[in-house]
Amino acid sequence: MSPKHSDKNTNEYRRKFLAQSAAVAGLAIAPGIVLNQVAHAKADADKVTGSTRWGMLIDTNKCSKGCTDCVTACSDENGWGGTNSSETHSSKEQQAQWIRKVTITDKQTGHVQSLPLMCQHCETAPCVDVCPTGASMKRKDGIVLVDKHICIGCRYCMMACPYKARSFIHEKLELQKNNAPRGIGTVESCTMCTHRVDKGNDPACVEACSKAEHGAMIFGDLKDANSAISIELKKHGGEQIRADLGLNTGVRYQGL
Amino acid sequence: MKKPVLKQIDGNSINYWMLLALLGSFVLAAVGAHFYMEHGGHYVTGMNNQIVWGLPHVFAVFLIVAASGALNVASIASVFGKTAYKPLAPLSTLVAIALLSGGLMVLVLDLGRPDRLIVAMTIYNFKSIFAWNMIFYNGFFLIVGIYAWTMLQRNLNKYSRIAGFSAFIWRLALTTGTGSIFGFLVARQAYDAAIMGPMFVVMSFSFGLAIFLLILLATYKWTDRPLGDATFIRLKNLLGVFVAGVLYFVVAQHLTNLYATEHHGVEAFILRDGGIYTQLFWYGQIIMGGLIPLALIYHPTTGKSRTAISIASLLIVLGGMIQMYVIIIGGQAYPLELFPGKEVTSSFFDGVVNSYNPTFAEGILGVGGFAVALFMVAFAVKVLNFLPESLADEAVDPHHSK
Repeated sequence: MSPKHSDKNTNEYRRKFLAQSAAVAGLAIAPGIVLNQVAHAKADADKVTGSTRWGMLIDTNKCSKGCTDCVTACSDENGWGGTNSSETHSSKEQQAQWIRKVTITDKQTGHVQSLPLMCQHCETAPCVDVCPTGASMKRKDGIVLVDKHICIGCRYCMMACPYKARSFIHEKLELQKNNAPRGIGTVESCTMCTHRVDKGNDPACVEACSKAEHGAMIFGDLKDANSAISIELKKHGGEQIRADLGLNTGVRYQGL
Repeated sequence: MKKPVLKQIDGNSINYWMLLALLGSFVLAAVGAHFYMEHGGHYVTGMNNQIVWGLPHVFAVFLIVAASGALNVASIASVFGKTAYKPLAPLSTLVAIALLSGGLMVLVLDLGRPDRLIVAMTIYNFKSIFAWNMIFYNGFFLIVGIYAWTMLQRNLNKYSRIAGFSAFIWRLALTTGTGSIFGFLVARQAYDAAIMGPMFVVMSFSFGLAIFLLILLATYKWTDRPLGDATFIRLKNLLGVFVAGVLYFVVAQHLTNLYATEHHGVEAFILRDGGIYTQLFWYGQIIMGGLIPLALIYHPTTGKSRTAISIASLLIVLGGMIQMYVIIIGGQAYPLELFPGKEVTSSFFDGVVNSYNPTFAEGILGVGGFAVALFMVAFAVKVLNFLPESLADEAVDPHHSK
């Protein structure tokens, strides 16, 4: 073999080697690039800013006593309660309830009221304060959520919540909704339907209340002075449940 | 005074190995109970969305509190310079570490996601008293471990005072932190009180010393080592003071609550109308865990009897567990005060006293915590020089040797 021929072979070999290396490197990097793009994709949640504070106003005088449309809508939307037939092992006390209808009777006057109760999305949420890992957290727009990836299931947030708004998942669940993953051994509660709110829609409970023509629930931005909720609050006011705790809840009630 | 000679126990008898086997089987049963609870989920337990912390937490918090108290003897020796307690200081550190290990095992194995323990160890929300406690607990192992080392290795003895002082401060912080888990809960009527922190500190003194005394009496009896009255009487008198201290804090806590109208509901529940919780409070916590042990400790006859003091210590431990049950379970059983002055009903058990029926698995997991602690102590005294060869009066009392 002449030296020239050998050089040619070597060059060809080098070219092939480089091309193959590049292909391998490309294959190796590609998923990373894709994942990076996924990670940096502009999700709806990225639009969340502190210039908004989502809130809800519930008029107990309009809330119909026998009606549970808001509860059913939440259950359908998020796959808990009657909607999820896989939560069979848990007792009634163990089954999750993100929202419930509460009947209150004044001990003095006998006056009866009915209202939906769920996570009150406190500004200074006790559940967020006590969570050791930060899984219990508040979005910039005031919605209080549980990060299912780092919740260790210690249930301290459930001890701390004054509204009993949280549930612990006591068994493996099937039939989950994409928008509401429900992992065994973690804690969950009302998300104010972030998946709907981030797309510009009302939470499922509010929509159901409107559909039933009760109109007892208003959803909106508490920081926007021109929003329906702000105008109504300014005009007629709205109370917090356990206002003595000074939590500045995002959910307010009229007629309490 | 002569320097105490620390010597490991022989640990060759059949009884010793039987003890290890028995404790080991309880540990295994606890691990089994954990897998049973984690396999399908917590639905197999009596815990629910109303009573979120159950029997495992009663055991875990008791053991963690007792761990801090078991360090008393060492603290008295190193921090307050009482030489008579010095020979017992290494054992005191050992029991402290062992009890904390047992308590934490139960706490961790009851988590919804124990597989994520690494998350709890690496991500901290510093506003959470739970997160502080993780640091307190891990730091306790480190500091008390170093303290034990400075006592066991002769050329490090000069550092034992400063190590003991650090351990003393750390344990006070740890127990205050554990009490504050409840003290910081604004939502619940039974908690939300600054007294919880200091009360837990005094509870730790009492429970920890009772367990320490039981271990000491048993070990010296089983190994035929001399244990003089000087040490025994000192420890049991100290225990009496601590038991009285716990009763004082309980009285102060309830009197304060009884004065404020807003707490009348929860006080009536615990003290009068709470059924099982009221019975546990009066018969278990106050009479069995407080008054009877005090009588046994200070009565001129029973106060000298080691059997009677062992029974008193056992009653203090049982009464302490019951006190934890009343605090943790009773506190959750009482309904949340959502609408003061109004009756509340819902599909989510609002306004009703919540029920809790602990299951066998929860109990076995909790007992496993004790088994882990006792196994560690039994094993460690065989492999390391923790125990003084003699605690006879002339060996420990400075006046005998001077």
